Amino acid sequence: MTRSPGSVTFQNVRKTFGAFTAIADLSLTVEPGTLVTLLGPSGCGKTTTLRMLAGLEHPTSGRILIGGKDVTMLPANERDVSMVFQSYALFPHMNSLANVAYGLESSGLAKKEAREKAEHGLELVGLASMGHRLPAELSGGQQQRVAVARALVLEPQVLLLDEPLSNLDARLRRRVRTEIRELQQRLQFTAVYVTHDQDEALAVSDKIIVMKDGEIAQQGSPRELYEAPASPFIADFIGEANVVACEVIDISGANATVTVEGLSHLVPSRGAKPGLGKLAVRPNAIILEPAESAAFPGRISHAAYLGDHIEYEAETSGGTLYIVDPSVDRPLATGTPVAIGFKNRGIAIIAD
Amino acid sequence: MRELPAMDNRNRRLDTALAIGLAVLVVVPWYRIDKGFLSFAWLGDFPSEASVAPGILQIFLHGRVWLIGVLVALALALSARFVADPMTRGRLLAWAGGLGVLFLVLQGLAIGISGWNWTMADTVFGPLRDGQPPMGAGAVLSSITFVLLFSFGLAERGIMRGDAFVVSTISILVFLVAVFVFYPIGSMFIGAFQDFDGSMNVDGFSRNFVDPSIWSLDCLIGGARCGIAWRTLFLAILTAGASTLLGLAFALVATRTRFPFKKGLRLLTVLPIITPPFVIGLALTLLFGRAGVVTKTLAATFDIEPGRWLYGLTGIWIAQVLSFTPISFLVLIGVVEGVSPSMEEASQTLRADRWRTFWRVSLPLMKPGLANAFLIGFIESMADFGNPLVLGGSHGVLSTEIFFAVVGSQNDPSRAAVLAMILLFFTLSAFLAQRIWLAGKNFATVTGKGDSGAHIALPRPLSIGVHAVVIPWMIFTLVVYGMIIFGGFVKTWGLDNTLTLAHYAKAFSVTIRDGSLVWTGVAWNSFWTTMEIALISAPLTAAVGLATAYVIVRQKFAGRNLFEFALMMSFAIPGTVIGISYIIAFNLPPLEMTGTALILVACFVFRNMPVGVRGGIAAMSQLDKSLDEASMTLRANSFRTIRRVILPLLRPAITAALVYSFVRAITSISAVVFLVSAQYNMATSYIVGLVENGEYGVAIAYSSMLIFVMIAVITGFQFLVGERRLRRENRISGLAKQTLPVLTEEKTA
Repeated sequence: MTRSPGSVTFQNVRKTFGAFTAIADLSLTVEPGTLVTLLGPSGCGKTTTLRMLAGLEHPTSGRILIGGKDVTMLPANERDVSMVFQSYALFPHMNSLANVAYGLESSGLAKKEAREKAEHGLELVGLASMGHRLPAELSGGQQQRVAVARALVLEPQVLLLDEPLSNLDARLRRRVRTEIRELQQRLQFTAVYVTHDQDEALAVSDKIIVMKDGEIAQQGSPRELYEAPASPFIADFIGEANVVACEVIDISGANATVTVEGLSHLVPSRGAKPGLGKLAVRPNAIILEPAESAAFPGRISHAAYLGDHIEYEAETSGGTLYIVDPSVDRPLATGTPVAIGFKNRGIAIIAD
Repeated sequence: MRELPAMDNRNRRLDTALAIGLAVLVVVPWYRIDKGFLSFAWLGDFPSEASVAPGILQIFLHGRVWLIGVLVALALALSARFVADPMTRGRLLAWAGGLGVLFLVLQGLAIGISGWNWTMADTVFGPLRDGQPPMGAGAVLSSITFVLLFSFGLAERGIMRGDAFVVSTISILVFLVAVFVFYPIGSMFIGAFQDFDGSMNVDGFSRNFVDPSIWSLDCLIGGARCGIAWRTLFLAILTAGASTLLGLAFALVATRTRFPFKKGLRLLTVLPIITPPFVIGLALTLLFGRAGVVTKTLAATFDIEPGRWLYGLTGIWIAQVLSFTPISFLVLIGVVEGVSPSMEEASQTLRADRWRTFWRVSLPLMKPGLANAFLIGFIESMADFGNPLVLGGSHGVLSTEIFFAVVGSQNDPSRAAVLAMILLFFTLSAFLAQRIWLAGKNFATVTGKGDSGAHIALPRPLSIGVHAVVIPWMIFTLVVYGMIIFGGFVKTWGLDNTLTLAHYAKAFSVTIRDGSLVWTGVAWNSFWTTMEIALISAPLTAAVGLATAYVIVRQKFAGRNLFEFALMMSFAIPGTVIGISYIIAFNLPPLEMTGTALILVACFVFRNMPVGVRGGIAAMSQLDKSLDEASMTLRANSFRTIRRVILPLLRPAITAALVYSFVRAITSISAVVFLVSAQYNMATSYIVGLVENGEYGVAIAYSSMLIFVMIAVITGFQFLVGERRLRRENRISGLAKQTLPVLTEEKTA
């Protein structure tokens, strides 16, 4: 796996299916050697984008470049990318080794050489001893790793992963995503990763591109998206947030003073202008029953005990707030009046 | 970085196609060779002799100047080779290919043996000194080359994601279907308006179309007899009704009762596949004919005058109900099982008793299935040729009347064409009704989720009722098939009932003369021809059928639905209509194939192909599309994807299609009787000849032999498929079980 990783560029790509516009006008770049996630709710166009990159769909207009080369009209088998499918799409009639060797043989490698490389690929994902097994004889996690090995041994300029973890159970998912990330950092290949799970996206990505209705809603590092959401949609989609109305009173340098229900907070300004605005408040940044002076009133309307924390919903004059409260020793019953305040971290102005 | 060889690929395949196109023009005889291309007897006269000269010499030496159009189209394609811009290059290629094909078709249709076929062309271009013989290897290969060039052009313009293999497959399939399905049917329609010499003449059409013997409704107002069209229609409705009800009774017994012989009942469904269509009629004559067992017994004991009642609509009706009940049974088993038990259990918990549950829940859910079974029975009856031929006597139905209009003393092709059009109208209407009316009305409640619970038992009176119908009918069917076996061993049926092997000896005797084996039996000739044709056409049918299925399931292209619809429609074209259209279309240039094995093979391939398509579609829709896509992203082109991924996973479907088309080639008769020749006689038409000569013993011996051969073939293949199943993942092995029923469902006479 010594090949230099490739970059990806979409230039004004548009894709329609009949009367339906899947992608209106998409431009994006992926730097070589990074792992970029396309994140979004179902139907946002992320999978279509990935399939266009793979050559399984062709754009209606626009250009796609891989490693600086225009591949817009090239069919899938002539592109220097490979893909891990959501269903893995392992060939059920071939054993793991034959599955991994398949792409190598298609590329014109001699049988023996293909076999050696395939064995090396299986070794890479820790399945060296499983070469003779049929996919049906492997566990879900092992199948997934064979699928990754099959794509990786081709040493593609870009590796595409289409929701690679969605068929694994929750426990395994965490482990495999770590493995994928480690592999990517060790081998330094470019990867484009599609998922609808924001936890997954935050955990593995160098950069996240959030898509909505066929357009890019926001892109940036996981931290940027979480701490500086550009819209209520992003605020809620990445890590959940209560969006509350606020007023920006004063801006001094990088900080802004905002008031919510009469309480002032100091937050990073991020180009906000004085006047009415919106504030994203993370559920764990809400304090119930703080000091009387810094609180506004509410009433608990729903409570659920979840072991290490309690989830509340509280009715306030500004709407319903969703709250995650770690103090499980002090449960509040439904109907209890509470005083509500915000912590200083976990709140951000939405730069709409 | 490895450079991907995209342009190289394109140039290489284009160079190959162009080289073939040129080579064909220079070294392959352009026109049809009477002794057959593959005999290579023409090599001696090649290339100077006009009859065997290649295209290039035909133009410059033998006065076929018009063929220069082929050169022009080829030159255009050649020039495209040196255009750099891919879009322009693609457009040029597509035009060259398209124009080449169009030109070949037009010149073939326009210029016949003695000059222009069209008077209009004669006046515009002036008379031709010489015409041209039918197309031969050169012309055919040249057409295919142009189709390929056309496809490459489209592929280079990015059609079908630039996949030349897929575009070529689609183009060639469309081309073949056009030549072998639509061209014959079209020729038949034109034939209805033509005289013997080919000139336009509407007399024959109008005379036949208003003929009272076709359309008269006398029987309704007390007259002697209705027109043949109406009688065929009444017969079809009665047959469809009876076989649907019987089929339902069988299906209920097989799934909702504790009937002890359910396995045996299911075996019934194999019968229609292996039974040559006239055999039931033949067996009935042994029972109820004037010399039949039952007739004789009744005459002896009750002194009832032996009548001729069997020879007419009544006899045909009984034979058809016997023949088609198993088909309807097969369709309805699925329907009856498809009603989810939880629906019936829900009904019972809502305080409905068994009667109410059956009438208000189960039966309404089965209604679309019943309608489907009825329509299949209707089309089968309309298309049936074998039984009416044996039992109809002079009171025929449309399909036999078509036959007698061509082969009999009438010799009136125009009448045959008109009758075929009427028959086609009936069956296509039924097919369209089935498609339109049943679309979206499928209540089959199988969800794939675990639907526990058992079907409730039938209400007691109904249960007694269906048993009372099923058991006698089953016995009747067994007796009829028993007759077929037994009849072959009886000396002269009804007159001399001593047992003998003489019929088998006459048909299948083998002697050893001068140390070598001599096939002396009268049946061997047609038997081996049948086997040969069936063996050639089976793989072709499977290949064309599965390729079509692949294109329909896996590729999206403009006109795909139309393409699928047209293919499925060819199901509803009765064999007789195919037969008559083939002899009308392929008896004269540009394509002359009558009297050859080729026409039989073509007929079987395109008649049985829809079954392969159905089976292939069913099997392929169960293969996840991401398998193909994975293969594509792993650098495999679509040809490799098909060979390495799809075909291995479709093996059971392939086997089923092979077996089915092999068996169908052996049993079919309706189209075949028109197409056989002295040199290529098929078993079924030979047997019909025996029946017409009154040689019942040999005919029946031969039929039983065929049935035996087919049972052997089917069990052999089932065994092979069954063995595969053990080593295969469940999801895939499911295909094997499903495909055979899917195929049998679609049997048409």
